Amino acid sequence: MDLQLLFEATVSGVLLGCFYAAVSLGLSIAFGLLDVPHIAHPAFLVLGAFGAYVLGGYGLDPLVAGLLLMPVFFVFGLAVYQFYYVTFERRGTDTGLRGLAFFFGVAFIVEVGLILAFGVDQRMVEAPYIGQSLEIGEMRLPYRMLVAFGMAVVLMVVLSTYLARTFTGRAIKAVAQDEGALRLMGVDPVRVKRIAFGIATAVTAVTGALLIIVGPVEPGLGRIYIGRTFCVVVLAGLGSVPGTIVAGLILGIAESIVLSTAGAAWAPAVSFGILLMVLAVRPAGLFGR
Amino acid sequence: MDAGTRRFIVGAIVFLALIYGLTRVVSNEYVFFAAYVVLQFIVLATAWNILGGYAGYVNFGSGAFFAVGAYTGVALFKAFEAPILVQVVAGATMSGLLGLAVGALSLRLRGIFFSIATVAVAIVIETAVVNTPYLGGAKGLPILRPAAPALFHSYLEWVFFLMAILAVIAVFCARYVETSWIGRGLRAIRDNEGAAECSGVPTLKLKLFAATLSGALMGAAGAPFAQYLSFIEPTSVFNLNYAVSALAMPIIGGMSHWMGPVIGAVLLGTVQQLVTVTISSELNVLVVGVLLVVFVVGAPDGILGLVRKLRRPRTPAASVGAKA
Repeated sequence: MDLQLLFEATVSGVLLGCFYAAVSLGLSIAFGLLDVPHIAHPAFLVLGAFGAYVLGGYGLDPLVAGLLLMPVFFVFGLAVYQFYYVTFERRGTDTGLRGLAFFFGVAFIVEVGLILAFGVDQRMVEAPYIGQSLEIGEMRLPYRMLVAFGMAVVLMVVLSTYLARTFTGRAIKAVAQDEGALRLMGVDPVRVKRIAFGIATAVTAVTGALLIIVGPVEPGLGRIYIGRTFCVVVLAGLGSVPGTIVAGLILGIAESIVLSTAGAAWAPAVSFGILLMVLAVRPAGLFGR
Repeated sequence: MDAGTRRFIVGAIVFLALIYGLTRVVSNEYVFFAAYVVLQFIVLATAWNILGGYAGYVNFGSGAFFAVGAYTGVALFKAFEAPILVQVVAGATMSGLLGLAVGALSLRLRGIFFSIATVAVAIVIETAVVNTPYLGGAKGLPILRPAAPALFHSYLEWVFFLMAILAVIAVFCARYVETSWIGRGLRAIRDNEGAAECSGVPTLKLKLFAATLSGALMGAAGAPFAQYLSFIEPTSVFNLNYAVSALAMPIIGGMSHWMGPVIGAVLLGTVQQLVTVTISSELNVLVVGVLLVVFVVGAPDGILGLVRKLRRPRTPAASVGAKA
């Protein structure tokens, strides 16, 4: 493989990697920090993408649609966590198996619900930056990837600043470290977790919009993203936002190189392959706590 | 052999005789076509429960085990026209080996990590199959059913009867595991793996055994699939429906007893068939998902748990105990 091709694959891998990091952010909070077995995260992502698609039908830009959906998804996230807390965490017994089965069922319902509402066809949105490319010499960088890249960087900066600087953000980090200590400080850990899950879901609305900007979306797409998002979150080390970027880049570059050498059919296996390797060799990830 | 086992064996023989009688009496092929699916789900749900229900390791990749069985069968049939019994044994062996490998993963992975790993295994295998032209790739492969063997009107009837035998074998295995020391060990692992290890339960050996048995049974259920449909293609074999149903049926029926998965499979399998025929196939998938969530939330011990609660109404003493 010649160097030019490798270079191009790496550049598009970097763009793809930042996008993967962005779509994994919600999971990084929900699973990495809160320990909620959120298998339904990719399904929520696809839900966000379809939200952007529906609003796009009224002539809204997908990114604007994603931002508009954020409050809706925030409330939705609050409700989902509250329900999960009351039915599983508070009862205390055997949250593992049934919590997992619950989110698996929710993911399944979302997928089938979308199929019933929209059919199995692929959907896409229209925006001025979709379909055009930036040309630098021989290389072509699609604007849609650049938009996703920019949005991903903004999201990650905002989120890591929020977690590090604000009171609630620090409380979220604290609840991940020691729930009991937080309770002793007079803070209600359930309320903090609820807000955190709401934020995680709200982020999913925007990143779902990115999903449909980057490529066409169909209801079953969530399944492949189970691998990608969990690969990124586990490889990063649970709950580490900077780790998410590094892990996203590794996955993006690996997938992009496989894409340009072995072909598109093998791409879905890359993330799952990396995931299996990480789980077998170093389950704590790169920046594990 | 204790009285319970004797009763079970008699019941199994009566069941198989009834199934065979059905193939003699009923001439409508669709009956077998639909009932086959229900029997297949009994095998899948029972197999899932051995690892998931008893040992507490949630497998989201049942579809992969099923598919490995199915594709092993197809490969053997294509290469040597191997008879279906050979296909079943080979499919079970291959899926059993896959189960062993997945069981080895449980050495380091618990809870959600194990479950995600099973999803990973499923996708990696699906990708490999899609990229293997010999197995038909993404397009699929038509299979010519052999002629009907003696004693049966059609090949479909024979495959149907074979699945009934597999269902009996699966339930027998599950019942044996449950009532023997193996089951006690697995339950100890589910409740507290560290404590089990400390008290001398050979946790790794038991987990490997449960994963292998579970995988082998799923593979056996998958092996006749191509002969049943006379066609095989990745999307239908790796269908998420298998993974969801294999997990939903034991949860809905009740995971603590071997009857649970059977009840769940018969109930849900029948409902699915009815909904598919009368309304739509998408809706039947939705029914499984909704029922799964409803039961997980509302009746964590499944139908068996509900029945038990009804049979044993709360005495005052019991409710005092529950409060304390």
